[in-house]
Amino acid sequence: MATVEEIGAGEFASVVAKHRPQIFRFLLASTRDVDLAETLTQDCFLKAHRNWSSFRGESSALTWLMRIAINLQKDHWRNRRMQFWRHTQNNAVGLDEASEWLPSGERSVEQRLLAKERVRQVSKAVQGLSERQRTVFLLRYVEEAELSEIARATGLSEGTVKAHLSRAVARVRAELGGKR
Amino acid sequence: MIFKDKFAGDMQNPERDSELNEALTDFRLSVHTWSDGAFSRPRTAVATVAPRQFWRLAVGCALGCVLVAGGASVGLWQHHQRVLELRIAQARIAEQQRLAAQQRAQQEDEDLLAKVDSDVSREVPIAMEPLAQLMAEDETP
Repeated sequence: MATVEEIGAGEFASVVAKHRPQIFRFLLASTRDVDLAETLTQDCFLKAHRNWSSFRGESSALTWLMRIAINLQKDHWRNRRMQFWRHTQNNAVGLDEASEWLPSGERSVEQRLLAKERVRQVSKAVQGLSERQRTVFLLRYVEEAELSEIARATGLSEGTVKAHLSRAVARVRAELGGKR
Repeated sequence: MIFKDKFAGDMQNPERDSELNEALTDFRLSVHTWSDGAFSRPRTAVATVAPRQFWRLAVGCALGCVLVAGGASVGLWQHHQRVLELRIAQARIAEQQRLAAQQRAQQEDEDLLAKVDSDVSREVPIAMEPLAQLMAEDETP
């Protein structure tokens, strides 16, 4: 007969197995630094584990985890001791490297090059977004989250999420348009 | 991808812009592939040191260095003191030996002189015997 703690631990383990790749992906897209993303992912699940008993299931586990990840990311950049790293970003990959991962699919060489260039432009635009706009943009277009989920994860109203998303998309569009 | 953004106008609705949609789809695919690649890469365990721990470690190292240096200094000082005391003791012994030798030599000289005085200088030569007898007679009351 499993105890309550054992059941809780089992549940948490399944949540980790299920959502870890998504949390890591969001943090990787936000920071563009594999090591930092891994560290923040670990911190996220550590924090989640400590507060697992207080998770009431009002939102989905992923939304709750995403909220923790967003806060950790914010704390990381706001941490004054890390300001130096914020400016240098030694481990952050360049824009070209991110676009290198684009799957080739069944495209021609020309189409692949065009797609790669477009990804590079979107990456550049995303990099230039404010922290909040970037978070909302990545949750929407990389994680394909619903606006209501984004609102819950970020603690913003849906209207504010829409406004940030609109500005972010406009920026991406401008970057794509400017390169034509 | 479904984007129902009623807030935005035409310029901000990606559904009406196929190129933007394609770009966003490609961006999503590249991030997913990148993340999958990075997530499944072989990992190396790296011990991270938090800033506070770093300072504790640094202070600990500094204190350790001070203690080691202090211990070494005390050890060296004690060794130096022992060598000094040994040298002083050796010098003292050497001085005592020198004084003893000097005293012995002096004693030998004195003994020799006493022997000479008793054996040689008190012997009156035969030629002086009459005069010595006269002196002996004068001394009698």
